[in-house]
Amino acid sequence: MNAILSFTVAWFRRARSIGFASIGIVMIGTILFETPQTLGQQEKNPSTYAALAEAPEKARRRRNPFEGDTQAVAAGGKLFGQHCAECHGRKAGGARQGPSLQREEVRQAAPGALFWVLSNGVVRRGMPVWSKLPEPERWQIVAFLQSLKPQSLNPQSERPASN
Amino acid sequence: MVARVIPKSMRQRFPGLTTLVFCLLFCRSSFVYAQESPYIVTYDHYLEEPGSLEVEYFSTFGTQRGGNDFHAFWAEFEYGAKAWWTTEVYLAGQTTFNDSTIFTGSRWENRFRLLQREHIVNPVVYIEFENTSAADKILKEVEGHDVESDYAIPNAVLRKQHDHELEMKLLLSSTFKGWNVAVNPIVTKNLLPSEPWEFAYAIGASRPLALKASPNRCNFCRENFIAGVEMYGGLGDTQSPGLHNTSHYLAPVVAWNLPSDWTFRLSSGFGLNGNSHRLLLHWGISREFSGFGEAVRRLFGGRP
Repeated sequence: MNAILSFTVAWFRRARSIGFASIGIVMIGTILFETPQTLGQQEKNPSTYAALAEAPEKARRRRNPFEGDTQAVAAGGKLFGQHCAECHGRKAGGARQGPSLQREEVRQAAPGALFWVLSNGVVRRGMPVWSKLPEPERWQIVAFLQSLKPQSLNPQSERPASN
Repeated sequence: MVARVIPKSMRQRFPGLTTLVFCLLFCRSSFVYAQESPYIVTYDHYLEEPGSLEVEYFSTFGTQRGGNDFHAFWAEFEYGAKAWWTTEVYLAGQTTFNDSTIFTGSRWENRFRLLQREHIVNPVVYIEFENTSAADKILKEVEGHDVESDYAIPNAVLRKQHDHELEMKLLLSSTFKGWNVAVNPIVTKNLLPSEPWEFAYAIGASRPLALKASPNRCNFCRENFIAGVEMYGGLGDTQSPGLHNTSHYLAPVVAWNLPSDWTFRLSSGFGLNGNSHRLLLHWGISREFSGFGEAVRRLFGGRP
């Protein structure tokens, strides 16, 4: 055990500078060689909206407590701009990192399914978990999403939001 | 990183180049409203959003019996490499009053989300390599038999001792009805074979002051504030486990998430026994740069 630890210490000492250089290499490599799908590719990919169908029945049946509440739609729009627009575009029409949320798949989804996806994220596809937002705020975002007008069939990628 | 991207000779010939590259990276990133937790020591299970860089500055002011009070400070660069992986670099220093100001070392931290979806308890694995001197006083965690008297030694003595440590935490966190509860068991190993494994803990609970967002942009809305409390301390080591000769702190914490993309955090830690500093005042400021990864990719000729 001591021999292993001695070797580890010696290795860390020798590799200190190499180690810190490798941090940069790993991070830059991750950034540079990752090739996310374009908006068009995302939307043609049938699995893009598949997470909505994965919502369990119990989650899907949940009703939005803010249904028909215009104040909640406005608040949801504000929250969308703060947390979601960077990836999904300012008008939710999609951007490089996230697909359009103006599609029929989203509009026709049960509010509970949208809430479930928002809460659980789609970690394997790069969408973070948003349960750090309190439950009422997540429902406000769902109210906003369901108030969006449908997008044309040939969507144009919009610029990500920036302040 | 900018320094690595541009060779030294180029930087000397074109002094504005570093600034230009810096601007290209940060100005092409956009700011995003962050919903940061108020904890300073405890971690919840939420990771940095993919492609975002969060730049943070923190301070620790500590009172010291039998020595000089101190102000330690550190910068954090936290990058969301994937939705399941956040990597972070720390640079730390400290000023001990009536003594000196010194750089105390660096840390490289990685957090990995283990489960794809949300569960009642969400585990995240935390692994950190520390390359610090014994003069490090940021007190980002309290481990093993760390006690107040360790920090009374002059900087000139402490800085001669270099520590290479591996720190591992299991971040267990749960969010329910707006409340977040996080529990972090901590294990640390100084890589010298003679040093024992050290144990520690950090627990925290927090909640936003309002759970519903208001429709208008506002600075002082209750939804922008998250308040809570955290408790942390040492649990001994493999040679001498237990609570004897350990220090413990209880700290009310608050975070203010501004719509202008800044987050302020304040934590006032009170020592719970005679081995603890009477007061550890932590405060910090952070800003998130969303799309940083994308900006870097474009800088290197990546596909727009």
